[in-house]
Amino acid sequence: MKTLVSIRVNGTSHSHEVEPRLLLVDFLRDLCNLTGTHVGCETSICGACTVLVNGKAMKSCTMFAVQTDGADVTTIEGLARTGKLHPVQEGFWECHGLQCGYCTPGMIMSGVQLLARNPKPSRDEICHGIEGNLCRCTGYSHIIDAIHYAADKEGK
Amino acid sequence: MPATKTKPYIGQPLKRVEDPRLIKGIASYVDDLKMPGMLHMAILRSPYAHAKITGIKTTTAKAVPGVVAVLTGADVNDKCGPVPCAAAMPVPKVPKHTVLAGDRVYFVGHPVAVVVAADRYVLRDALDLIEVDYDALPAIADPEQALAKDAALAHPDFGTNVAYTWTLANGDLDAVFKAADRIVKQKMVHQRVTPMPIEPRGCLTSYHAGEGTMTLWTSTQVPHLIRTLVPGLIGIPENKMRVVAPEVGGGFGAKLQIYAEEILCCHLAQRLAAPVKWIESRRENASSTIHGRAQVGYYEVAVKKDGTVLAIKARSIADLGAYFQLLTPMIPTLTGLMLAGCYKLKAVRMDLTGVYTNTMATDAYRGAGRPEATYLVERLMDCVADELGLDPVKVRLKNFPKPSEFPFTTATGLVYDSGNYAGALKKAQQLAKWDALLKQRDTARKAGKIFGVGLSTYVEICALGPSKIMPAGGWEWGCVRIEISGKVTVITGTTPHGQGQETSFAQLVGDKLGVPMEDVVVLRGDTNVAHFGRDTYGSRTTVVGGMAIVMCIDKIIEKAGKLAAHLLGAKKVSFKNGTFVAGKKSIGWPQLAGEAYVAKNLPVGLEPGLEASAFYEPPNCTFPFGTHIVAVEIDRDTGQVKIVKYVAVDDCGPQINPLLVEGQVQGGIAHSIGQVLFERTVYDENGQLLTGEFMDYAMPRAGDIPVYIMGSTVTPSTSNALGIKGVGEAGTIGATPAIANAIIDALSPFGVRHLDLPLTPEKVWLALQKGGAR
Repeated sequence: MKTLVSIRVNGTSHSHEVEPRLLLVDFLRDLCNLTGTHVGCETSICGACTVLVNGKAMKSCTMFAVQTDGADVTTIEGLARTGKLHPVQEGFWECHGLQCGYCTPGMIMSGVQLLARNPKPSRDEICHGIEGNLCRCTGYSHIIDAIHYAADKEGK
Repeated sequence: MPATKTKPYIGQPLKRVEDPRLIKGIASYVDDLKMPGMLHMAILRSPYAHAKITGIKTTTAKAVPGVVAVLTGADVNDKCGPVPCAAAMPVPKVPKHTVLAGDRVYFVGHPVAVVVAADRYVLRDALDLIEVDYDALPAIADPEQALAKDAALAHPDFGTNVAYTWTLANGDLDAVFKAADRIVKQKMVHQRVTPMPIEPRGCLTSYHAGEGTMTLWTSTQVPHLIRTLVPGLIGIPENKMRVVAPEVGGGFGAKLQIYAEEILCCHLAQRLAAPVKWIESRRENASSTIHGRAQVGYYEVAVKKDGTVLAIKARSIADLGAYFQLLTPMIPTLTGLMLAGCYKLKAVRMDLTGVYTNTMATDAYRGAGRPEATYLVERLMDCVADELGLDPVKVRLKNFPKPSEFPFTTATGLVYDSGNYAGALKKAQQLAKWDALLKQRDTARKAGKIFGVGLSTYVEICALGPSKIMPAGGWEWGCVRIEISGKVTVITGTTPHGQGQETSFAQLVGDKLGVPMEDVVVLRGDTNVAHFGRDTYGSRTTVVGGMAIVMCIDKIIEKAGKLAAHLLGAKKVSFKNGTFVAGKKSIGWPQLAGEAYVAKNLPVGLEPGLEASAFYEPPNCTFPFGTHIVAVEIDRDTGQVKIVKYVAVDDCGPQINPLLVEGQVQGGIAHSIGQVLFERTVYDENGQLLTGEFMDYAMPRAGDIPVYIMGSTVTPSTSNALGIKGVGEAGTIGATPAIANAIIDALSPFGVRHLDLPLTPEKVWLALQKGGAR
């Protein structure tokens, strides 16, 4: 039994008949061909699959596509739509906030939500804001720098 | 466009060339690749540590619509495999590592059956419908208990759990121990840990029946080693096999491997005449991707009263797991090689026993044997200081070789290229404001706080290595091509996967050829492009990969010089900043490249083209070193450790890109923070894996990371022309003992001399209670 699901992804409407058990991350990766959102654990712990659902950071590996019917979803591919990097993306580049890059899209999406809620976060607030995202390469220090960079840039 | 570059790239903290595709989400990891008609594969794994398989029923699974195949060991083990081990160790009895289990399973996660379907959801449905009957057998999961007389046997056919014994002995140990004023003894456990790259493993295979060619895209650090070893295991000639490492989401040694799934996936693509993809789940990654460390040791140090360290004796038990992966039995021997640390010892001895247990194989995890060595040596230095009532810093300073004593031959027989251990220590003390830090400790303790300061002075072995000490070549290959347009293509046989050599190699080439970095493209990770290579592990990439590229550049400049002289009508030309000059005339790369490929006006005997390749054979390994200083404060009520100061001074020789060096060190330290404070891979007494998810396996998060004070000293290696040493594992090697020493120092007023890792709040709190928290 399939259900018609329509999700606006990065400003473009995507409608597909899907099984109710289809995960949002698979909708994005397999049906929308947006593979920037990654799967790292399938249990919503590592955060590699983080996307914005109606502006709120969500773990797309533990959310069904049907739950987001009619929603507005932003993925990593949607951040630099005008061709200009989002300040958080820019921060990650400037501060060497990534190495292998696998956790990076989810980490950036959490950073985007964090700055939307708290434009001038302290170091502790940044750490709290990305505590749902694991990185095994960088040791986080440069990621914290990257989000600080973005906050400073957006504040100007 | 003439080259205009004048400022050197080497030494600059430049942002990375590879980042834009990664931060935009448009990079291609293996699970992002799709092929027409692609099928998916999933593995059914054993829930038992040791059991006899009495029956497998696959009919229900096969009947699920969309399922293409359900196969067991009986269907595939004689068609492909076994999983290879490349370590040249004399091991009397080695279990045959078939790709799927035969009639027995030997660890939780052991592959039992494989399902192939067009849809991943259907795949998982079918997996659940395979019925396997197991008769559970006694299992052994603890390496020390495995040596007991009545221990259950991991492989009952072998009659013993001992896989091998290995001894390294140098100097007259008995005489030195007799002459000692004191023998300091300590048992230490190096707990088993799980590498946990955030991208699990995965591969995609495609067989072209017409050409007879196999392509394997796999999340690996070692596409070239795979291309060397896998063709023979799947019945394909080496020159019809292509291995590609696309974007790889972290390795840390876990992907320095050839795994059963890669071999099986190749076989199925051929057998089913369709591309087959396999993506590992996190649960599988925890149970069936290699683990690291897992050594238990009894250590003794012979010392003089004044703190002179004479000799170290080690009796170690290494937990190898149930099967050998690529380097399993060799890894613990690296601990023996580095047993002298950065100290002048008169004698050293390590007696190592490798044991089989019903667990996943251990193998190279970031540092691979060296973190264990550094941890035990640096913990022992503190134990020595503690027993003799000496300052831990002075004990270390007393036993360092002086810079003038390099090249320095250690008691284990290695020749350290260069070093200034006291220099790094002094710099770290300056950055830590050492005297003030000790005063801070005194003040904190007087105020009733639990505060400790610790350090480690480490040396490691990198840039592995000369071919004579490596299982299959320690050389590296590179190729540099000035294209007809003047753009530069660099091909490396190393396989960076996050370390940033697309950037650092472009910096190197930009400087050496005098071209803008933007004109340089670095290709890697495809055996059809990089024809040779020994890949990325052991902090070797920049050193050996970089030197191969330097050799290519030297060849190209020599050839281009001949062409330039011919075109300029000169006998001799000089080369600087991308331009060949003879008197007032000059010619740059774009023009030279055009002439070299159009080839209408070449000097007699000169081949067309501007391309060179080279194999670099390192004469020795390199030996980076440094000092890490850590201060911690411990919560009296909870036992929670907080790192309040972290100073890292690392010496990897001249740095091509200090930003990347900093990233490598910080990333390594985070692995150590995990190992010291939280991480432990736990099997229960039945061999059941209790840490099978991120939920149960605690890794550091951002809030666990201190603010770093980073520094460096620069002592060039004498082993290569660039003087560079490698830095990928330094953080993991130097940090673990520094953090542990700080915590033990904090607990020393409570009568604690040693605790085994991880130092979880519970363990620390219990130690405080035992000592009577004052």
